[in-house]
Amino acid sequence: MFKSDLRQIYNRQQERQVFTHRAIIGFVVICLLSLGLLARMAYLQVVQHDTYQDLATQNRVQHEAVAPPRGLLYDRDGRLIALNRPVKDLVVVPEQVKDIDSTIEVVRSLIELSDEQVERFEKRLKQRRRPFQSVTLRSKLSEAEVASISVDNYRLPGVRIEARLARYYPYGDLLTHAIGYVGRLNVSELEKVDGKNYAATEYHGKLGVERFYESDLHGQVGLRQVETNARGRVMRVLTQTDPVPGADLTLYLDVELQKAATDALAGRRGSVVVMDVRTGGILAMVSAPSYDPNPFVTGISSAAYRELRQDPQIPLYNRAIRGQYPPGSTIKPLLAMSGLEAGTVNWDQRQFDPGFYQLGGEGRRYRDWLRTGHGYVRLADGIIESCDIVFYDLAVKTGIDSMAEYLGQFGFGRELGMDIWGDASGILPSREWKRSQGRGVWFPGETVISGIGQGFWLTTPLQLAASTAAIANKGLWREPRMVASSSLGDLPTVERPLQIEIPNKDPRNWERVIKAMVDVMHGNRGTARAVGADAQYRIAGKTGTAQVRGLGQDEDYDADEIEERFRDHALFVGFAPAEAPEVAIAVIVENGGGGSSTAAPLAKEVLDAYMLDPQSGQLRVSAR
Amino acid sequence: MSQPESLVGYRRAPGLIRWLGLDGPLLAGLLAIMGFGLYVLYSATGQDLDRVIAQSIRLGVGLILMVVVAQFHPHRIRLLTPIGYAFGLLLLVLVLLFGTGAKGAQRWLDLPGLPRFQPSELVKILVPMMVALWISRERLPIRISVVWVALIMVAVPVGMIAKQPDLGTSLLVAASGLFVILLAGLSWRWILSAAAAGAVALPLVWINMREYQQQRVLTFLDPESDPLGAGWNIIQSKTAIGSGGFFGKGWQAGSQAQLDFLPESHTDFIIAVLAEELGLVGVVLLLSLYLFVIGRCLVLASRAGETWGRLLAGALTMTIFVYVFVNIGMVSGILPVVGVPLPLVSYGGTSAVTLLVSFGLIMATQREKNRVYG
Repeated sequence: MFKSDLRQIYNRQQERQVFTHRAIIGFVVICLLSLGLLARMAYLQVVQHDTYQDLATQNRVQHEAVAPPRGLLYDRDGRLIALNRPVKDLVVVPEQVKDIDSTIEVVRSLIELSDEQVERFEKRLKQRRRPFQSVTLRSKLSEAEVASISVDNYRLPGVRIEARLARYYPYGDLLTHAIGYVGRLNVSELEKVDGKNYAATEYHGKLGVERFYESDLHGQVGLRQVETNARGRVMRVLTQTDPVPGADLTLYLDVELQKAATDALAGRRGSVVVMDVRTGGILAMVSAPSYDPNPFVTGISSAAYRELRQDPQIPLYNRAIRGQYPPGSTIKPLLAMSGLEAGTVNWDQRQFDPGFYQLGGEGRRYRDWLRTGHGYVRLADGIIESCDIVFYDLAVKTGIDSMAEYLGQFGFGRELGMDIWGDASGILPSREWKRSQGRGVWFPGETVISGIGQGFWLTTPLQLAASTAAIANKGLWREPRMVASSSLGDLPTVERPLQIEIPNKDPRNWERVIKAMVDVMHGNRGTARAVGADAQYRIAGKTGTAQVRGLGQDEDYDADEIEERFRDHALFVGFAPAEAPEVAIAVIVENGGGGSSTAAPLAKEVLDAYMLDPQSGQLRVSAR
Repeated sequence: MSQPESLVGYRRAPGLIRWLGLDGPLLAGLLAIMGFGLYVLYSATGQDLDRVIAQSIRLGVGLILMVVVAQFHPHRIRLLTPIGYAFGLLLLVLVLLFGTGAKGAQRWLDLPGLPRFQPSELVKILVPMMVALWISRERLPIRISVVWVALIMVAVPVGMIAKQPDLGTSLLVAASGLFVILLAGLSWRWILSAAAAGAVALPLVWINMREYQQQRVLTFLDPESDPLGAGWNIIQSKTAIGSGGFFGKGWQAGSQAQLDFLPESHTDFIIAVLAEELGLVGVVLLLSLYLFVIGRCLVLASRAGETWGRLLAGALTMTIFVYVFVNIGMVSGILPVVGVPLPLVSYGGTSAVTLLVSFGLIMATQREKNRVYG
């Protein structure tokens, strides 16, 4: 018994020793492995500390570009005509959305969402972007829409409302053709601008002043150092360099005058350009019909855009600077000047108008607008009564090249405005022009009809206004300008002279031509005497009627019988007050009929808006 | 016998603790780890007091279970072990048949009337209990014929867990069983032979794998080759640890942790939060606490009266260290990423409860005193 007990004790002790032995080895291994872990941690935390410190900083600190607020646009009286307004967009962070399709369905049940908007969203979704960068689903939410999204926000993880500044044009379609608009910055624009400065910019000027002054209006990008979390959400701002806002521009434009000109057109297709003859500043630039630029800012729907494009009235077309029309008789005062300056005609010489003109007294009969003819007429009558025969004769005597050389000084046949973006050049007909166009040799008959502003002649309303201003200034031609001043002082300059003093052989020539233009309005035989009769100030003007379709030799023009689109364009150019000119105007009403019956009264309405006090209807006391 | 009893003051344990059969120093060590863990968890959850409270409740439940388990006499536990083991295997079969879970892995069992749970957690304890029971029937050192059967006892549940698939847990279960065999005095000859055989087998397995399988293993071993996918976690956790430096960025001031760059920051990767905010100093403190607990557990194991108790307590202790080592090794980028939590610190209930039950078992082994020296 004792022996077996002892044996058991021995065995127990032995078993215990086996375990203890292994346990000690185990603990030693554990300590060694723990030291290994510690060594690893010390390596990361002490030896490589700097490296990982940098990595952690890179994780946390992001550099963010801050878009500068775009410069504002004011009219001459300080009315805000283009501003930046906060708008709210519905955006989606795809990383935080489980099922995009069902999310879109939920959004669709809450607010209006067209298939097209969804399509665009899906297109943007496929574009490259930073992780957790939001993608716009619907822009410009109304307050009611913001509210209904907010209420159901819990059903829409990853969907949120973002506020940003968007360009807004408070006058809608009134100023579109004068100032243009901005739209989303596109790839080709991005290639042209300084990418760094546009890092946060969404918009770029597409047309007009917004386009031409893009670099002035844009401003300087700001930079923010922000701390973000792993999902890219900004936790706090570390440092910030504020963006420099773009320059605010004050235009020559007068919103009231623009409104008056638009009202005067009364829904007809056409254009009115009013220019300050003392500065070259454009006071009104109307092209009707117009369109609202605001949908273009955030992206117009393709249906709405298609409708605008397919509108037979072509509202997208800027008739004021891109519309090219035969000037018709409105060009006669300057043609008279070219003949007088060239010495090929004499102001006082009389000639007989039988109602037609024949080159060398034979062949084709170029008809006067008055079939019976004006009888014996002088050059002045050519302007006052718009007698065509006088100018057929003048053109032939002066020669096309001499006329073209003289009129070229008034801006015809070339693009004008230094800050008017995208204007057309029109056509100043000459032998050289025809040859350069590959249209063959010049025929003498082409000179004849050039004398009444027909044939190859094409001018824009802007060119007509600028050249009329040069008549008012007696030969001082000023380049038309949109912008008067910038809040930052400097405006872009150009190499060429902004005004041209046109050489003048006999100062009396200007007096004569202007006198004749005054008689158009106020003389007892003037074509627009009905309009000038009740004016409270004196206007110098010239009516014009441009043929859209050539008439056969013995065909009569009968407005009632021909389709509207083939009816004549009605034109008028003029300036007021005649004695001390302030403004020049050019009016064109497409297919409007006669210049004296349609364009001249319209022009007077606009001039009245400038000259008269709106309350009293009396002349303004002081000049503007 | 040169027991280190005087060193750890076992005899001076307070009355209640002794009456409950608990070990004072071990309990103190565990409470210190849990307290430290909750302190880090508050920061790691982004100052979410609700989650800290939830975790405290889980730990409380675990502590109660620990005390309950510590009340059982080893004799009874041994009696229940084979039934428990068989039950554990049954549950694993059920998991493979009806289990639920995410990402193609079936780990959870959703039995009616019971809370959802992971049977594999239970098996982590049952396997060493069963293997220890099997081995302790015969005298030590262990004979090789006994080893084969023990290996089968380990391999069956490990295989089933691996099939779920849950690689991390199956490795831990395998370790817990193998530690029993190692502690039972398996001769070094066999240990070295097995290691050598494994070393030879690996290249053969590698050659026979298909290319996509090899690729998967490579990504598993070197997650940083895939910086946006599997490597993201490791790059971010190393950045968090390294940027912490010696003294850390300060509690609640770690940019990696607070700005959500660190994934799983309150669960498997919580040591990175600690390292970032409290620095190497904090890491050393936590590791010291773990070593203290482990050392104390090994002392208790060696003091257990019966071989079964010694083997079980020793194996459970070793397994707990495996948790610590694999977790910290993985977060610091020296081991592949497997889902192993940091014991008593990571957020989550199941593993904390299992661990505390293990400590309860270790304390329970103390109820059998060495008949000769007791």
